[in-house]
Amino acid sequence: MTLAKRIIPCLDVDNGRVVKGVQFVDIRDAGDPVEVAKKYDQQGADELTFLDITATAHDRDTIVHVVEQVASQVFIPLTVGGGIRTVENVRTMLNAGADKVAINSAAIFNPGFVQEASEKFGAQCIVVAIDAKKVSAPGDPDKWEIFTHGGRKPTGIDALEWAQKMTDLGAGELLVTSMDKDGTKSGFDLSLTRAIADAVPIPVIASGGVGNLDHLCDGVTEGHAEAVLAASIFHFGEYSIKEAKTRMQEQGIEVRL
Amino acid sequence: MGTVGTHPHTKLVCVIDYGMGNLNSVAKAAQTVAPAHTHVEITHNPDRIEAADAIIFPGQGAARACMQALTDAGLHQPILKASHEKPFLGICMGLQVLMGHSEENQGVDCLNRLPGQTHRFNLTPYPELKLPHMGWNRIHQTLDHPIWQGIEQDAWFYFVHSYYVQPDAAETIAGQTSHGETFCSAIAQDNIFAIQAHPEKSADSGLRLLKNFMHWPGK
Repeated sequence: MTLAKRIIPCLDVDNGRVVKGVQFVDIRDAGDPVEVAKKYDQQGADELTFLDITATAHDRDTIVHVVEQVASQVFIPLTVGGGIRTVENVRTMLNAGADKVAINSAAIFNPGFVQEASEKFGAQCIVVAIDAKKVSAPGDPDKWEIFTHGGRKPTGIDALEWAQKMTDLGAGELLVTSMDKDGTKSGFDLSLTRAIADAVPIPVIASGGVGNLDHLCDGVTEGHAEAVLAASIFHFGEYSIKEAKTRMQEQGIEVRL
Repeated sequence: MGTVGTHPHTKLVCVIDYGMGNLNSVAKAAQTVAPAHTHVEITHNPDRIEAADAIIFPGQGAARACMQALTDAGLHQPILKASHEKPFLGICMGLQVLMGHSEENQGVDCLNRLPGQTHRFNLTPYPELKLPHMGWNRIHQTLDHPIWQGIEQDAWFYFVHSYYVQPDAAETIAGQTSHGETFCSAIAQDNIFAIQAHPEKSADSGLRLLKNFMHWPGK
C-alpha cells in the first residue's frame, strides 16, 4: 500500500467557460466547467486544475462562481490558478471551494507572498507554479531559468534554486512546466522534472509536453514526479483518464483505479 | 431540502465551524448523500450542536490553532457532550484534536476524548517519500463497522496531513494506511467514527462513507 501517483487534467477557463476545445462525445456542452469536471471525475481524475486565463480583472469574479459550482457537485480536490496575487485572492478561492491555489508570477514579484499565504492557510493548499526553460548550451551541465509571460521573459532566476527557495518559504507542491516542451506533445522535460523532484522534499507535478500515455509514465518513472498534469491529450478525447491509468499500472506505477 | 422544523421528522446534522478552514465542501457533500428531510447546517452555536441529531467535526490547520479556536468559540464542552450522545464524525484535524496530545507545535494538549497521541511522520528511513502525505492512498478496514458498509476493502481515499494518530486502545482502530510506516487512518469508538482522510474529497468511496454516516443511528 502506498500513495498513488496522480493524474490531473488541466482546464483553461476564460470568462467562466472552459476553452481550448474540450470535447467529449457524450456531453452536450463541453464548455461548461461543471460538465467537464464531472466527466473527468467519472473517468477517475485524481484532482482537477482550473487555470483562469480571463484577461480583464473585472471578469475575474466569474472564476469564483465556477469554483463554487464545481465544488458543490464534484467531490475531488480542486486547484485554481491564474491571477492569484494576494492573500485575499487565496481566501476567496478557498472559500469558494478550491482546495489549493497555484501561485505563479506573483511569487516572482513578491516571494514573501508565498510565505504569507502558506502561514495563513497551510502549506497543503499552496502550489507554486514554476515555468522554466533550459538555458545551458548543449554539452554543458543542465541549467534552467525561470521565465514569465508565457515563456517570453527571462528572469535570471535559476530554476533549481527557485524550487528550493519556494519550498523553504512554504510551498506545499511545485507545478513544474517546461516552457521548451509545452505544446510540443514530445514529452516532459524529464531532466528538469527529476532535477527538481530530487532536490525538494515536497511533491512535484510534471507539466508541459504530454503527447501520449507513455509520456505520463515517464514523468513518474524517470521524472520522479508525484503527479502528472495534462490538457490536450484528454480534452480532445485522444485518451481517457482510465486509459492513462491502465497504462501506468501496466508499467508498475501505483494508481487509483 | 426543507426548512428546519417544517417537517415533523427533519433530521439536523451540524458541521462544526470553529474558523479552521472552509466547510462548504463537507456540508455540500453531506447534503448530497443525505436522506430526505435532512438539514445540514454549518454552525458554531452550542445550542444548535445540542439540538443536532448528528455531528460532523472537520478541521484543518495546526493543532495549537485548532485547540485555541475551539477554546475561543467555547466549544470544548459542547463537542465532548455531543460525542457521547449522538453520531459523531471526525475528519482530518477533527480526528487529531479528539486525541489526548499532539506532537505538533512543540506539543499541544487536545480534547482527550480518545486517549492517545498524534505523531509527526518520521520518513528518515524512506527518503523517497514526501511530506505532507498528500494524495490518494488506501484504507485497510480493520473493523466491521456500519460506516464501512458498501466500501470495498483497501478503497482509495484522499489524504492531506503530516501527523497521524496512535490511539491507546488498539481495538478502536478501524482502518490503517501506509506511508512508510503503517498508521491508524480511522478510529471507531461508541458514537464516534473519525477518519484521517477527507471523505468530502474522496469521490465515490468518500460519498459512500458520508452517506453511511448520515444513515447511522450510532451506538
